[in-house]
Amino acid sequence: MAEEAIKLGGKKKSFFIDKVKELLPEGGNLNLCLTCGACSSGCPATGLGGMDPRKFLRMAALGMDEEIIASDWPWMCTMCQRCIYVCPMKIDIPQLIFNARGLRPREERPKGILASCDMQLRNDSTSAMGATPEDFQFVVEDVLEEYQEAQPEFADMQAPIDKQGAEFFLNQNSREPVTEPDELVPLWKVLHLAGVDWTYGSKGWGGENYCMFLADNDSWEQVTRTTVDSANELGCKIFLNTE
Amino acid sequence: MQDPCQIVRKSYGDPIAEDLRFVVKSVVGEENFIDMQPNRSNNYCCGGGGGFLQSGMKAERLQYGKLKDDQIKATGADYCIAGCHNCHAQIHELSEHYGGNYPVVHLWTLICLSLGILGPNEREYLGDDLKDVLVFHPETAM
Repeated sequence: MAEEAIKLGGKKKSFFIDKVKELLPEGGNLNLCLTCGACSSGCPATGLGGMDPRKFLRMAALGMDEEIIASDWPWMCTMCQRCIYVCPMKIDIPQLIFNARGLRPREERPKGILASCDMQLRNDSTSAMGATPEDFQFVVEDVLEEYQEAQPEFADMQAPIDKQGAEFFLNQNSREPVTEPDELVPLWKVLHLAGVDWTYGSKGWGGENYCMFLADNDSWEQVTRTTVDSANELGCKIFLNTE
Repeated sequence: MQDPCQIVRKSYGDPIAEDLRFVVKSVVGEENFIDMQPNRSNNYCCGGGGGFLQSGMKAERLQYGKLKDDQIKATGADYCIAGCHNCHAQIHELSEHYGGNYPVVHLWTLICLSLGILGPNEREYLGDDLKDVLVFHPETAM
C-alpha cells in the first residue's frame, strides 16, 4: 500500500492577480508583460499619484496586494483600453484596474460614484440624478408640446415613452431632462426627420451606469437588467445607447 | 472631434470612426474638419470616463485631461465636437480650465444647425460666432 504523498509545508498564498486571471479569458494575458512600457508612454494617467499602467501591473505580479488596495490610482484610470490597444501582448490591464476597485469595502469607494450608484438603485428610472419615471415623463411631454407649438414644422414630431413595438429603444443621460431639457430637442428632430421609429422606456431610461464604475457587480447587473428588460418588454429590436 | 473611446476603441473600431467623420464633414464641410493626432482607435481618452467625473478627484482629472487639451489646441480648430456625454462635460471643463475657451458642442447641435432647424433655445454650447447664425424661429427666444 502506497504511502500518503508527502505534503510540503506552507500554504501557497492567493494573490489578487491570480483571482483576476481566473476571471478572464486567457487569464487576461496578465503573465505576458514584456515591460516594454508602450502602455505607460501613451496613458494620460501616467504620473498621477506616482503610478502608471506598467508599474501597476508589476505591483500585481509581485503580489503587492496591500499597496494595490491602498492606491487611489484605479480611480484615476478611466479604463479607456488604449493600453491594450498598443500592447504587443494584449494584456488586459483595465480589467485588473476594475477588479482592484472592488477590493475596497463598498462604503470606502469614492463618495460621488457611490452616491450616484445608490441613486440609480432608488427607482426604476436608473437615473443617477434621482429623477423618477413620472418626472421624466412630465419633462418629455412638456418640452415636446412646447416645441410642437413654437416650431410648427415639427408639429408631428413625437417623443414616445413605452411605445410597444418601436424599432429602437433609446436611453438618455439624466443631465438633459433634469438640468437642460432644451438639449433633448435636437436629437428628437434628427430622429423625426430620419423617420426613425423609436421610444424611451419609463423604466430604465437613464443611460448612465455608475454602479459599473463603482465595481459593484450586483448593482451594475440590476441597473442593466432594468433597462434591458424594459427594452425587451416593449419588443424593441435595437438598443440605442446615447450615453 | 473627440473619438469616443466607448464606441470606437472599445466597441466598433475604426469603421465607426469613419462613419463619424462622414457625418461631421457633411455637416461642417470637409475643409473645416481637422483631425487630432493621434486619433480613431489610437485616440487619447479625455478623462471623463470610468466615473472620473464623479470621483471627487478633480485636480487629478484635470491633470489627466491636459494631454487632451494640448491635442485640441494643436489643431487650431475653433470648435471641438464631443459626441459622448462624459467627453462633453470633461472637455468643456478643460477648455475653461486651461484657458483655450474653445466651444465644445454635441454632434446633434451641429447637425440641426446645418439643417437650419436649430432654434434659439437649443444653442447653449455654441460660441458667439454661431449663436445668431441660421436661427430657426428666432421669435421664440427665451
